[in-house]
Amino acid sequence: MASSAGAVGAAALLLVAVPIGAVALRAGGLSLSPADGAALRFTLLQAALSASVSVALAVPVARALARRRFAGRRALITLMGAPFLLPVIVAVMGLLALFGRSGVVNAVLTALGLPALSIYGLQGVVLAHVFLNLPLATRMILQGWQAIPAERFRLGAALGFSPREVARHLELPMLREVLPGALATVFALCLTSFAVALILGGGPWATTLELAIYQAVRFDFDLGHAAGLALVQALVGGSAALAAWAAARAAGFGAGLDRTLPMAGPGGWHRGADAAALTVAAVFLLAPMAAVLLRGLPGLAEMPGAVWPALVRSVAVALASVVVTMAAALVLAQAVARGGPRWLDLAAALPLATSGLVLGTGLFLLVQPFAPPMRLALPVTVAVNAALSLPFAYRLILPDARALEADYGRLAASLSLTGAARLRLVTLPRLRRPLGFAAGLAAALSMGDLGVIALFAGEAEATLPLVIQRLQGAYRTEAAAGASVLLVAAALALFAAFDRWGRHAEA
Amino acid sequence: MHRISSVPGHPPQLEEAMKALTLAAGISCVALALSSGAATAETPVLTVLTYDSFISEWGPGPAVEKAFEASCGCDLRFVAAGDGAALLARLQLEGVASETDVVLGLDTGLTAAAAATGLFAPHGQPAATALPVAYDDPLFLPYDWGWFAFVYDKARLPAPPTSFADLAASGVKIVIQDPRSSTPGLGLLLWVKAAHGDKAGEVWAGLADNIVTVTPGWSEAYGLFLEGEADMVLSYTTSPAYHRLAEGDDSKDWAPFAEGHYLQVEVSAKLAATDQPALADAFLAFTQSAEFQALIPETNWMYPAGDVPLPEGFETARPATSLLMTADEAAAARSAALAEWQAALAQ
Repeated sequence: MASSAGAVGAAALLLVAVPIGAVALRAGGLSLSPADGAALRFTLLQAALSASVSVALAVPVARALARRRFAGRRALITLMGAPFLLPVIVAVMGLLALFGRSGVVNAVLTALGLPALSIYGLQGVVLAHVFLNLPLATRMILQGWQAIPAERFRLGAALGFSPREVARHLELPMLREVLPGALATVFALCLTSFAVALILGGGPWATTLELAIYQAVRFDFDLGHAAGLALVQALVGGSAALAAWAAARAAGFGAGLDRTLPMAGPGGWHRGADAAALTVAAVFLLAPMAAVLLRGLPGLAEMPGAVWPALVRSVAVALASVVVTMAAALVLAQAVARGGPRWLDLAAALPLATSGLVLGTGLFLLVQPFAPPMRLALPVTVAVNAALSLPFAYRLILPDARALEADYGRLAASLSLTGAARLRLVTLPRLRRPLGFAAGLAAALSMGDLGVIALFAGEAEATLPLVIQRLQGAYRTEAAAGASVLLVAAALALFAAFDRWGRHAEA
Repeated sequence: MHRISSVPGHPPQLEEAMKALTLAAGISCVALALSSGAATAETPVLTVLTYDSFISEWGPGPAVEKAFEASCGCDLRFVAAGDGAALLARLQLEGVASETDVVLGLDTGLTAAAAATGLFAPHGQPAATALPVAYDDPLFLPYDWGWFAFVYDKARLPAPPTSFADLAASGVKIVIQDPRSSTPGLGLLLWVKAAHGDKAGEVWAGLADNIVTVTPGWSEAYGLFLEGEADMVLSYTTSPAYHRLAEGDDSKDWAPFAEGHYLQVEVSAKLAATDQPALADAFLAFTQSAEFQALIPETNWMYPAGDVPLPEGFETARPATSLLMTADEAAAARSAALAEWQAALAQ
């Protein structure tokens, strides 16, 4: 187990490092320029703000979801995950329908005689990143709440804990374990932001590292500079992952009996606050989704035949990525839970901070001597999508893997449960909830990701996001909007199927 | 009410799920292998590297492939790589090991950098005849062209600005593309530079408050314009023709600017390292034929480079003045122009 974890960790590290190395080698070195300081500063500022706001808002939403039961709760949890699965440009269009110059909010403000709001600027970048990442942060924190054994809440109730005492003895220790990972994950995601930051940032002052990489590759063809910037980006993301690792404290609640007890949330104003948190989050997340749907429905009839084979390709790539991601994440999380070396944690987090363009370019350079890149477009896409989903899957599995090890590790060892039997009887049943959710995320992320396919694909390898991009590039805005609805529906269906399997045990 | 699940959980469902997952993975691997393994035929293969929108089913690619294959006794294969700037980066990455025989889709903003790579061979074709300016380059052969222009909605903006100065003085909002990641963005940079020279920085400073935002590529900017986020978008004089002819929508037009309009000339070229030089020459000659040229207006939505009749309603007016820097001028100007642009818009 330890040696296979080492191999998986090494593979993840190599997948990040070798393409950067290949690009640097081709250029004969790494370089940075004085203007990169400004790009780094803006990147750090927007990523730190976006991560803090996303996680701060996610805590009350996750708590409300954890301690309230109401009709449609499950559907709400699934639907609220949808923005995270949207292709970036589709999400931006949905937000603009609400917050843009001619959006709903400004139409209302104008009608009331109030000054218009502008979405373009740092506020727009943060707004969009919160829209995209609040769902993920909420689910990561919700997993934490659900990992607290119900018996602990019961004990608290028996001891007459007030909401404040519940927070102090149960919720805060859990948050101390979960929040650093959630913060680092959203931070790393925003670190590589390119289109959102540029479109909503409003101009060249909003230059991120990823945009600087585009300039280095496309405008200047300075591969050494691109590799240098990609290395900086990976180092920043890696540092964030290490900081999260250092800050996280295991909560140590001990094992429960897995009874699904209805958690009686505190009444009074707490009930109202929970309702408000859920309503605000649902409107904020679902209204732009509704706009995407409304824009796309008329376009469904306009879609060219090419979307159907592209959809099949996208689903096949997604399923293959899920298998690779989940196997790698499970091996890594279990090894770390058993006190494996610290670098495994870094290896599992690093792919998140990778520059997509440098990764694709490096893989292109590596593949090209052996085969026409076009022929390997889909396998390379599977590998890259799996690597990019690994950090989420790992983060989501790790807390439960730790608890499993602490609660059942000795029992399993005393029964000599090892290998496949242990996997089947202990690991998979105990980790089912995070495994299902992580597999759903990995599938949906792979569906929506444009990733490296654009650098490799010919006519016969296009995935659905690539077809959408090609439609948008040829005035076919309506058909592109229709195909986006198809993409979102397919991604959400895949996500919901895996997630439902994972939540099977939940009441 | 209280369901209790013991440690073993639900092994039967779990095994089923694992089986289903394994099966799905197997199926998708087979599907991947099938779709990746291209059949190799005995006939010679001509590989043409081009941009995405050329090869899509609504672009010129499928008809071009059918027409050329009818006479060449070869298999014409298109490989797509993003847009024009991505094509050049791709060729530079591949170097002489490239499988590409012909590249189609570089533009005049890139030709100096492209020539400097030494990857291209002379095409030996006569110069294209239907360009508004004289263009004769030994390496690069035009197949279509267009004027950059700001496109607007006639109902929303009854009196569009008539020059960059007029635009800067107005409250009209525009959306443009980033020259670092987009070919039209670079075109606008060169347009302002060609029209205003040393005053280009001042022009950009004047335009700063008109610019709603800057997008990574043409499609995002055009999408924002269609959503009503801006009054005008940087595009082509042929964009209104698309709405008119393909959608029966005559609501869009382009605004003539007094300075004149910068040209984008799209060119193709033969790779020096091609293993199919005769086929490559035949394809380049084919791009100048009436058959190829007649496809261009209504699939690529650009002007044909050869003398073929334009479709009814394709053109309503032409700019009085055409601007185009030579390849060397453009190469010399672009870094300084980018710095001016960034400085003027950095506030």
